[in-house]
Amino acid sequence: MTNEHEGQQKRSLSWVEFLIERAIQVSGISAIILVVLIFLFLIKEGTPTFLEIPLSSLFAARWYPIEEYYGLLPLILGSLIITIGAAVVSLPLGLATAIFIAEIAPEWVRDILKPFVEVLAGIPSVVIGFIGMLVFAPLIRVALDIPTGLTAFTGVLLLAWMALPTVVSVAEDVLDAVPKTYRDAGLALGMTRWQVIWRIVLPAGRSGVLMALMLGVGRAIGETMTVMMVTGNAARIPLGLRDFFMPVRTMTATIAAEMGEVAQGSPHYHVLFAVGLTLFVITFAVNMAAASVVFRQVKRAERMLS
Amino acid sequence: MPKLSRQNSQRIAFALITLAAVVVVAPIFFIVGYIIYEGASAISWEFLTAYPYNGMKAGGLLPAIVGTLWLTLGTAVVAVPIGIGAAIYLSEYAKDNALTRAIRVAIINLAGIPSVVFGLFGLGLFVIFLNFGTSILAGSLTLGIMTLPVIISTAEEALRAVPQSFRLVSVSLGGTRWQTIRRVVLPQALPGIITGVILGLERAAGETAPILFTVAAFFLPRLPTSMFDQTMALPYHLFVISTQVPGMPVHIQYGTALVLLIFVLSMNLMATLIRNHYRKQRFW
Repeated sequence: MTNEHEGQQKRSLSWVEFLIERAIQVSGISAIILVVLIFLFLIKEGTPTFLEIPLSSLFAARWYPIEEYYGLLPLILGSLIITIGAAVVSLPLGLATAIFIAEIAPEWVRDILKPFVEVLAGIPSVVIGFIGMLVFAPLIRVALDIPTGLTAFTGVLLLAWMALPTVVSVAEDVLDAVPKTYRDAGLALGMTRWQVIWRIVLPAGRSGVLMALMLGVGRAIGETMTVMMVTGNAARIPLGLRDFFMPVRTMTATIAAEMGEVAQGSPHYHVLFAVGLTLFVITFAVNMAAASVVFRQVKRAERMLS
Repeated sequence: MPKLSRQNSQRIAFALITLAAVVVVAPIFFIVGYIIYEGASAISWEFLTAYPYNGMKAGGLLPAIVGTLWLTLGTAVVAVPIGIGAAIYLSEYAKDNALTRAIRVAIINLAGIPSVVFGLFGLGLFVIFLNFGTSILAGSLTLGIMTLPVIISTAEEALRAVPQSFRLVSVSLGGTRWQTIRRVVLPQALPGIITGVILGLERAAGETAPILFTVAAFFLPRLPTSMFDQTMALPYHLFVISTQVPGMPVHIQYGTALVLLIFVLSMNLMATLIRNHYRKQRFW
């Protein structure tokens, strides 16, 4: 092969490489482009709401779109009660499961348990909603002697359970990240294994535990199908403890249930996009908070090493 | 009350924690077992290969199964190249600067957006703005975007696990950066990447909310012929027959749930097997 030939080949190769590397760079920023695009489209379709419907009506207590009542308060409070409830139930359970997997269980139990938690993450939410409707809700109705089992409480329990894979896996990472020397120091001082976990490991990983909580919240607030199927979907304002055992309606369920039937461009259509925009902003804030915990942790680790 | 001894408090704490783990895991057995128990009687050759008829109260799931297969394939076509490209960028090219941090924040946020909001976005952009209509194309794009963060993070993890010395050797032999990635890093990371891709597609296959307004048909007793067609899909079909159709025979509902569960969990199993197989073979 002549020199000229080789040169040509090399040039064509570098040309291909140039194209591939540009494509890789574009893919690299695709996540940014997409998040911005999603935000823009939600704004485009959602903000007309604020021109069509006066703010006082949007923050009213009645959601009944057929008669043009677009009060978002019951939906927002519905999502709030379900999310907080799910987080409260799911954090201790998830943390305990993570501790069990990482610190207590013998190796073979761990090898069985971890794939099972992954299986839970893989069960489609519509299947959990289905079982919730057919099996779980009737149980709750009978056990608590209430008129319907499709309540906020039912949604909270199922949602807490569904958020567990997220909470468990983040919490596990947290426990793993605590240096072994910390534990050894505790044990050498004569602490029991439980004292080491409770007094040393958990405090050392507390910012990570906070992150597990936030990601679990983010997962719970966005869950749609299960919530729509098991919470009864009555748009009423939950105020007291009793409302916890009555039907509620969340923002996600409202979008899913009603978007299919609205005329494109109608006020109802725009309101549903505005609800989606609200959800986007809430999850964005929650995830930003979680991300800042991660970055702060990295910085602290760097400081400790240097 | 006498103070608990340290040993006893450990015993109580460990017992409670073990109990919590049981509370978490036992329902998984119950749900899967109960669906198999109630649904197995519905499964037959006809159930898998026939069209539904008589208001979906009889016949089979064929259009829903085929629809879910098409959507899973479409999701892969959208998400796999972009996802792997982004992972390569983050693992092999990105410097530690503001842009990279912005990308990471964007991925975390993309992963956190509720699935129904992806559905809204798909409706606004693909169905209406780009005028694809409710179609397999619009549904695949929506599901693909939703799946992207899963694929990016798992693929990046797989790429980063390849030891730095492999890259150094390739570069010292005169390989360019892309040659190094193409011939050395990617082949080593491939099992990990495939595992991540399957797990991402598994999630997409089971999703209902993103396809509600972008592709899913309530009842469509024929197979799609192009990517601009609507289609039935297993998760949406389960939702329809368990909430929208009164008087639906219970064994058909459980049978549908079982088929969906088998579809999704077999992908999960495949991913686990691939991961374990290659983890044993790996020499580094």
